Amino acid sequence: MTRVHDMGGRFGDGPVVPGAEDAPVFAEDWHARALAVTLACGALGQWNIDTSRHARERLSPKDYTRFSYYEKWISALADLLVEKGVLTREDLEGKGPAGLHALAERALKAETVAGALARGGPAERTGGPKPRFSAGQAVRARIPADNALVPGGHTRLPKYAAGAKGYVLRLHGTHVFPDSNAHGLGEAPEPLYAVRFFARALWAHPEHPGDEVVLDLWQSYLEPL
Amino acid sequence: MPHDHPDSPHALLPPDPALRVKALETILTEKGLIDPAALEEIIDTYQNRIGPQNGARVVARAWSDPEFKAALLADADPVLAELGYYGRQGEHMVVVENTPQRHNMVVCTLCSCYPWPLLGIPPGWYKSDAYRARAVREPRKVLADFGVTLPGDCAVRVWDSTAEVRYLVLPLRPEGTEGLGEEELAALVTRDSMIGTGQPKVPA
Repeated sequence: MTRVHDMGGRFGDGPVVPGAEDAPVFAEDWHARALAVTLACGALGQWNIDTSRHARERLSPKDYTRFSYYEKWISALADLLVEKGVLTREDLEGKGPAGLHALAERALKAETVAGALARGGPAERTGGPKPRFSAGQAVRARIPADNALVPGGHTRLPKYAAGAKGYVLRLHGTHVFPDSNAHGLGEAPEPLYAVRFFARALWAHPEHPGDEVVLDLWQSYLEPL
Repeated sequence: MPHDHPDSPHALLPPDPALRVKALETILTEKGLIDPAALEEIIDTYQNRIGPQNGARVVARAWSDPEFKAALLADADPVLAELGYYGRQGEHMVVVENTPQRHNMVVCTLCSCYPWPLLGIPPGWYKSDAYRARAVREPRKVLADFGVTLPGDCAVRVWDSTAEVRYLVLPLRPEGTEGLGEEELAALVTRDSMIGTGQPKVPA
């Protein structure tokens, strides 16, 4: 994890340039292809959403910074296909063997797309540790915001919130833990909370005393106060 | 290839992004790992069938029907599933209501999480570095980029989608819409008003 993707609070990015409400969904045809190829490859079942997020975050900072959005997707997909042994480097160079792949029978078909998209991939699970915190309780987000299991691993605790004091707003239930799931270490579900932080607990110069930021944080990201 | 990190497999693909996708698509198709007809179906779904019109219908109904609104705010998933608005990237929905005292706004600072079944594929600016970096630290300046100004007594609550929970903002119903039906109301609901970077349209 380079954290190049973890840009919440970063300075220097300039204005946000709003787009027209009726702008095309895909600005370029290849954006649509990149999205569709990525979703179709996900259906092969060789990785999960956390693995694919981690693959994008692991692009070298130089590539992550230069690549446009869908270029990150397609590049991370190529890396993931090789890493998971679906394709070889020779395949990517067009020098691999011809013929159908052993996983071809799992390929998403046109008639199964609607069902697959409608089913989605719920992250809520039963079991796991009992909730340790309740609504209204003061908590602190763990510091540093690193994966506790894997050096340099994936986490969904943004660095801007690490060490900050917040208040539990609600319990979302027990959800798959990305820090484990991204690395093939199992779903290890944990209670997931919406935690509200006063902007003044996060930023030296908040815009307004009443402003807040809410993050969804897993139980092991939090310490009692 | 100087464009890429040289050790990465993706550096073996052509540097031009359109060709890069094409190359990967060709390899995968030849091996039977992806079906071109399935790709067309995915693209058609998100280009033509699923988009912010879904969310707008939900908002218009919440504005019109207090019981529906109460159920939506209490536990959105069963309410939305019944309307058929369930699926990928919308498995765990929470609807957050704007009030005169609180304006809600949604971002994903880590990637681009967004409620696909209700709003479709996110617009480019939502995925931009500038929005991801700034929305949490200076939401009011970001709102100003969108031409939105809030009264001084209105607090901003920014939701950073760090997990699989997706958020939809229920904007304030515009004044002067008392006599309007759900369809007319839905026409006032903009995508940006459901992300929190805009306000609904005011009836002409």
